[in-house]
Amino acid sequence: YIYISFLSDKFRFLLKMGSRIKSYLYYGLMLYIVVLAAITLGYIITGQVQRLDFGWLLTEISSLLLGLYRNRFGSFSISCWSCTNFNFSGIYTTGVSIIGGGVRAPRIKTKNLISVIFCEAVAIYGLIIAIILGGILDEYPINTRMDSRVYEQNLMSGYFMFGCGVTVGLTNLFCGLAVGIVGSSAALADAANASLFVRILIVEIFGSAIGLFGLIVGILEISKAKMGEQF
Amino acid sequence: YIFLFFQEKMLDSAFNIDFGYLEGICRGFKNGILKQTDYLNLVQCETLDDLKLHLQSTDYGNFLANEASPLQVSVIDDKLREKLVAEFQHVRNHAVEPLTLFLDYITYGYMIDNIVLLITGALHQRPISELMPKCHPLGTFEQIEAINVASTSVELYNAVLVDTPLAEFFGECISEQDLDELNIEIIRNTLYKAYLESFYNYCQSLGGATADVMCEILAFEADRRAFIITLNSFGTELSKEDRSKLYPTCGKLYPDGLAALARADDPENVKQVAEFYAEYRALFEGAGNNPGDKTLEDKFFEHEVKLNVNAFLQQFHYGVFYAYLKLKEQECRNIVWISECIAQKHRAKIDNYIPIL
Repeated sequence: YIYISFLSDKFRFLLKMGSRIKSYLYYGLMLYIVVLAAITLGYIITGQVQRLDFGWLLTEISSLLLGLYRNRFGSFSISCWSCTNFNFSGIYTTGVSIIGGGVRAPRIKTKNLISVIFCEAVAIYGLIIAIILGGILDEYPINTRMDSRVYEQNLMSGYFMFGCGVTVGLTNLFCGLAVGIVGSSAALADAANASLFVRILIVEIFGSAIGLFGLIVGILEISKAKMGEQF
Repeated sequence: YIFLFFQEKMLDSAFNIDFGYLEGICRGFKNGILKQTDYLNLVQCETLDDLKLHLQSTDYGNFLANEASPLQVSVIDDKLREKLVAEFQHVRNHAVEPLTLFLDYITYGYMIDNIVLLITGALHQRPISELMPKCHPLGTFEQIEAINVASTSVELYNAVLVDTPLAEFFGECISEQDLDELNIEIIRNTLYKAYLESFYNYCQSLGGATADVMCEILAFEADRRAFIITLNSFGTELSKEDRSKLYPTCGKLYPDGLAALARADDPENVKQVAEFYAEYRALFEGAGNNPGDKTLEDKFFEHEVKLNVNAFLQQFHYGVFYAYLKLKEQECRNIVWISECIAQKHRAKIDNYIPIL
């Protein structure tokens, strides 16, 4: 009874959320949740619930990334996708405010494109990490004569790559969002009073620096990664 | 994709998808509101043509360019209002939900004023064609001219108002009595009370910065109406129970202040009620009817202007649209006041406009 009432509370919350957010997002999320629920239910019915295992995910990450299963796509997608994800949000936030403010104060148009460039720079960090990770990736054939040290090294590299991707991706995700919001405020403040732009730009530079820290930490993580057949 | 969903729920930048451009425009308009230096220039004008010349160098530009040479204050008033309405309509045309509902709520107030204007005019046997130009353009709706035919409030409701958005504000004030002077005022205040409370609840449901900014402004509006109704009802036939039914309950005075106001007998009592609330005490203290004092109305206007200017301190909320409209209206009132003083050559009180920025 408690379980059912808990579920019904969740449904009511979801319905209330539905009236607030845009319909396409709402229905997409509902679809996603329904698919997950269906998979879970399927597992429950066929007695394979042990497949929903977070520990499996953690241990298999490295193998996925190593290419043991000829699967090379792992952490690139995480880092690049996360990096760019909220940078688009940053760019649209700033861009729309520049346009709106530029109607009555046309002088802000060119100067405020710097904010958009800051957002873009944060996205480029993802590209940099992708190139670096791509450089590290190497073939590793499974055979019985493999050295255990080489195997361990490859396994560790896999985890390094995953960690690096997650770090850079998530840091730049929030950094892009922050730079976008500050850029929008900078555009509107510039429209009101031209001397304010440079001061708010300083705030934006600090926001950008956070993304840079993420990049540096990622590169530190990846510096020890080495894949391949030699030790 | 999931991130976008959470972003919408929690973060401000999703506001910009639909409303960033409109907020940018609104802030651009607000930057063009006349400043203190502009008012100092206007106050020194000798004639209305001088005034027109000075207004040309502000954001208003050549809005009076096509008017006949002996300018009249009513013409200036109409043109100012026209500009304001054009800006509001531009924003309204570009808006999507939920901003459209918010902007529509703002227009309901003007609709109520228009309806009361038309009914009062009909009572005094004025033709509808004379009254229509006096209606506020933001408050028009279809079939507004049909208000002429109603003589009791039931007819008014069933014939005209049931199709308008104002239908839900009617509530209990429909009755079989004929519409006469006192009834009209009671209907106006009852409608306005229902409208204000509905608007307040809507802003609360929007949440976030919009609720913070708008609920503050609307609470002051409600309290201001309560004070004004009380002060104006001394010496009329409005009984205390009837009066207390007209107070909007969405302000700071609810419930204790409103109960005390309902019992008040003279302006001293009203001032005592205001003593309990810090902002209102300050407003009542400086006010008086002696020459050289500001009137209470002026202090209320000043406080309203202060709240509206504060709305611009936050970004990513709908309050800027409401605040801009009210500030622009106040500016129109200021310019009309200065024009009247100039036109009648009675410059003693020309400095009694409310400075905005």
